[in-house]
Amino acid sequence: MSDHGNTGYDEWLDAIAEGNAYYLECGNGHGSLPPRRICPECGEGDLEEIPLPETGTVETYTVVHVPAPSFADDAPYTTAVVDFGPVRLTGVTEDGVEVGTDVSAKISESETTGDRLLRFERR
Amino acid sequence: MTGVRIAGVGLTHFGKHPERTGRDLFAEASERAFADSGVSHDDIESLYYGNFMGELAEHQGHQGPLMAEAAGIRAPATRYESACASSGVAIRQAVKDVRNGEADAILVGGAERMNNLGTAGTTEALAIAADDLYEVRAGITFPGAYALMARAYFEQYGGSKEDLAHIAVKNHDHALPNDHAQFQKEISVEQALDAPMIAEPLGLFDACPITDGASAAVLVSDEYAEEHGLDAPVSITGTGQGGDRMALQGRKHLARSPAAEEAAEEAYAEAGIDAGDVDVAEVHDCFTIAEVLALEALDFYAPGEGIGAARRGETTRDGDCPVNLSGGLKAKGHPVGATGTSQLVEMTRILRGDHPNSDAVPDAKTGVAHNAGGTVASATVHVLEVNE
Repeated sequence: MSDHGNTGYDEWLDAIAEGNAYYLECGNGHGSLPPRRICPECGEGDLEEIPLPETGTVETYTVVHVPAPSFADDAPYTTAVVDFGPVRLTGVTEDGVEVGTDVSAKISESETTGDRLLRFERR
Repeated sequence: MTGVRIAGVGLTHFGKHPERTGRDLFAEASERAFADSGVSHDDIESLYYGNFMGELAEHQGHQGPLMAEAAGIRAPATRYESACASSGVAIRQAVKDVRNGEADAILVGGAERMNNLGTAGTTEALAIAADDLYEVRAGITFPGAYALMARAYFEQYGGSKEDLAHIAVKNHDHALPNDHAQFQKEISVEQALDAPMIAEPLGLFDACPITDGASAAVLVSDEYAEEHGLDAPVSITGTGQGGDRMALQGRKHLARSPAAEEAAEEAYAEAGIDAGDVDVAEVHDCFTIAEVLALEALDFYAPGEGIGAARRGETTRDGDCPVNLSGGLKAKGHPVGATGTSQLVEMTRILRGDHPNSDAVPDAKTGVAHNAGGTVASATVHVLEVNE
């Protein structure tokens, strides 16, 4: 693994950690996530940072029992895809969530590597 | 536009061969394909070869020329990488080249060495087919990604773990006579339901195994087959490819696979058939839920209806539309880069009548092979027909 960061993505994690989560929106109202220059839906190039809705809804989730080595000490853990309206996000979440549970996006750390991790917490 | 004939096919045994190199596996598969074809090595004009994780498993990039050398051909060679659909896209390129008159004889195939990485290493390696920033760093494994799709399917359409277990039982049953298969072992619904969880709701028996293996096929033009008096009774009459967003979170549907729907539509249109004309299918069941998504993408079932197909006995050996007579990825095994061509190999033999399960479909004339990459961000569908 490189020691270099990932411009665009790192700043996005910083913003979530500071309570200023955002997504990108093109002139036609399509949502996407950084790093991104072009709207993947329509090719529009003028993307604006828009505050991410505070609450999203769990659309699907799984409890992972067999992890990759980078999550060895985290397992078993729950991951979910959460619908925030203009975009969906994927992250770890509190155990016991259900489809339809309302959550917000936070930043935590992997127990295995200490790396920053998108985490959903119940509202 | 000339037609594309399958002149010969070959497979290695699919299973645990951690000490065998990719080049050795591919050499064996291609040797069998040549022996089956009657085509001379000298006549091959290109190699299109699928491999997914050779850099991680063998510290080996640039595998095209390496595999041409292993197969004993002197021709330009290109490696195709589209995750688990790597050799599906390689076949598609070969079909286009033959049709366009670019070449009269092409070797296609794929290989993957996986068991030398172990379970944790393979789990990590397979995950590179997902979005690194938005999925892998969020703890997504491949079983995890398909588990997310399975839960979304259950929520949207209904279905249960027991429905999925019937798919595993069926595919294990189909693999019993297939000597190329990793598992020639009967399992029960109860065993599948009691198996350890990998990523809920998917357990061990919902997942394909970790497999080493290779596959190859020699494709030729109609003219080449006629000039050389080849016995090549099966043609590829349709090819289609579809694409979707890389990460699940970017998809319109979490419980459908639009990339495969597009691929099927294109392949059917080229072949001039519809789903009702298909007698038998090999589909990409890397996880049991993936077979359900495939059945619906291929339009064998409406969305929400495919989940019960195995339980109802419709996709079993003696059903109306037998699916994965080879045993599928589930029981035959899934050496990622070899899988697309292996489906072509199995389907060719089923249609020719020399597959151990050909007796189940003695009148089959039309078969379909469905190969999916990642969580179906890539998909190819090929239609195979017995020449009239």
